[in-house]
Amino acid sequence: MIDFINLYLVPGLAIGSVYALGAVGISMIFGILRFAHFAHGDLMTLGGYGVLTAVWLIPVNPLLLLPFGIALAIVAALAVDEFFYKPLRKLPTIYTVIASFGVALIFRSLAQLFWSSGNQVFTSGVRMPMVLFDTFRISELHAQVIVLTVVIAIALHFFLTRSKLGRAMRAVSDEPELAAVAGLDTEKVVRWTWVIGASLAAIAGVFAGMDTSMHPNLGWNLLLAMFAAAVLGGIGKPMGAIAGGLIIGIAEETVTFTWFSDDAFISPSYKSAVAFFIMVALLLFRPQGLFKGRLL
Amino acid sequence: MEITGLLFYLVSVLIAGGIYAVLCLALNVQWGMGGLFNAGIAGFFAVGAYASAIVTTAASSKHLGGFALPIPFGLLAAMIVAGVTGFVVAKICVRLKSDYLAMASVGIAEILRLVIVNESWLTNGSLGIAGVPRPFGNLVQGRAADLLYLGVVWLCVALVYILCQRLYVSPWGRTLRAIRDNEDSARAAGKDVDWFRLQTFVIGCALMGLAGALSAHYFKFLSPSATEPLLVTFLVWVMLMAGGSGNNRGAIVGALVIWFIWSATEIITSRLPPEWITRSSYIRMLLVGLLLQFVLQKFRSGLVPEKSPKIRSD
Repeated sequence: MIDFINLYLVPGLAIGSVYALGAVGISMIFGILRFAHFAHGDLMTLGGYGVLTAVWLIPVNPLLLLPFGIALAIVAALAVDEFFYKPLRKLPTIYTVIASFGVALIFRSLAQLFWSSGNQVFTSGVRMPMVLFDTFRISELHAQVIVLTVVIAIALHFFLTRSKLGRAMRAVSDEPELAAVAGLDTEKVVRWTWVIGASLAAIAGVFAGMDTSMHPNLGWNLLLAMFAAAVLGGIGKPMGAIAGGLIIGIAEETVTFTWFSDDAFISPSYKSAVAFFIMVALLLFRPQGLFKGRLL
Repeated sequence: MEITGLLFYLVSVLIAGGIYAVLCLALNVQWGMGGLFNAGIAGFFAVGAYASAIVTTAASSKHLGGFALPIPFGLLAAMIVAGVTGFVVAKICVRLKSDYLAMASVGIAEILRLVIVNESWLTNGSLGIAGVPRPFGNLVQGRAADLLYLGVVWLCVALVYILCQRLYVSPWGRTLRAIRDNEDSARAAGKDVDWFRLQTFVIGCALMGLAGALSAHYFKFLSPSATEPLLVTFLVWVMLMAGGSGNNRGAIVGALVIWFIWSATEIITSRLPPEWITRSSYIRMLLVGLLLQFVLQKFRSGLVPEKSPKIRSD
């Protein structure tokens, strides 16, 4: 039981937090701009590299340097929206999906060009896990990731429900025509969607890179799980996406637990397939997700 | 020497270009005619490659079979296995709306990759399958064999082209375009949209499997890391968009043009100092990414735009 918590549940929550932060952006972009953003994973990668570069220059805890990665991701997201997505907005959204698929490759080749294609670590050396009550052994990073994600989720909740801008975002996501008629500035909402989506993506990218190591494929490899999380939470429901991300993360880790015999229930090498099956099952049987997201 | 060297470089470019042309025609069936987004091209390509390799190699203890059957059986097996895989996928996913299908297809490619890497009884895992035969491999060797294989590949391109063209002008193709352009009215006209989509997806996947088989017999060796899957998928998309989606000739033209540009820039960059060679491949990828954006914005109908066939009234 203790092993289950230490080795499966907590790592699941930590990776789930990464998915959650990435999925918020995907869900909001899907809700407001109406397309599946294939470059979101690679946006995470860019954010991660932004912080990595800052760590080289200022050697402190990477989490203190998050603003550098966030800034890079925001600039990148606003630039690709302006130059590559906006001109396609009048067309069927699938063209924007194709464009974002191309942007994913552009981001990745930029990462390979400027930061090399190998693995790079934020901080070297082995760090001992924290021991609580002599039983729980939790790595410091996982604890930080989970706590920070909870803080971000609470802040996001208050932003979306209390601030004018946040409410405008929800309005555009729920009823775009009505929101436009009511005089909401759609372009401003779109811009802030990118700012928030990119910021959270950058934070998620740093978490993922610190947990393992930075490499140009880091974000793309997480994309499928984040799509699944966004669908699970309901498209256009940021808080749903956070719940979805945590559920997918926990599901991926705990299916490899020795549930029914001494062997792993599902071999760890197949655990990334779990997200896919959850997503497809959901799309077929409950496409609105757990929290009544929109149907496209 | 310089001239013959260049000539055979051209042959190798044309062989790979032909394989890309088959992939492009396959994607044209799915996207150009049927409007189905598939980001998992490399997955079906790999399934075809492994199917053909397993059927045609000599018996081996390292992977399934080695059935040592003639190569046409390999190609056929590649199409069947890739087609069946496509059928299973389509059965589940084809009802999904465009963006959701796109998301699912990424997952499908990932799962196929996991199976190939992990099931070593089937594929010999990351060590790969060696000794995949070439057609007429015991008759000719060396460069003459390349030339012969060029003929085989382009014969396949021609056959696939004829097939796709027949599909395009047939009532079946017309229905497909109707579904692509206005799903609701096609449904109202009594067409079984899901069934047509499923057929489209399966035909496209089978052709992608054929392309995979052709590449396996060309390189004679197969491993999960032999190709960068995302790059293949992406190049095929750029080729089809640049060539003109919906037009079979456009698919072939696009495949050749983009592949020539890709290969020509490789010649230029191979003269650079070593530390720049690896970087130059990233620059090329960046430029292809930008090219796609340009095509999408300014050049959407492509080099050879789609032209609906005249309706005959006889």
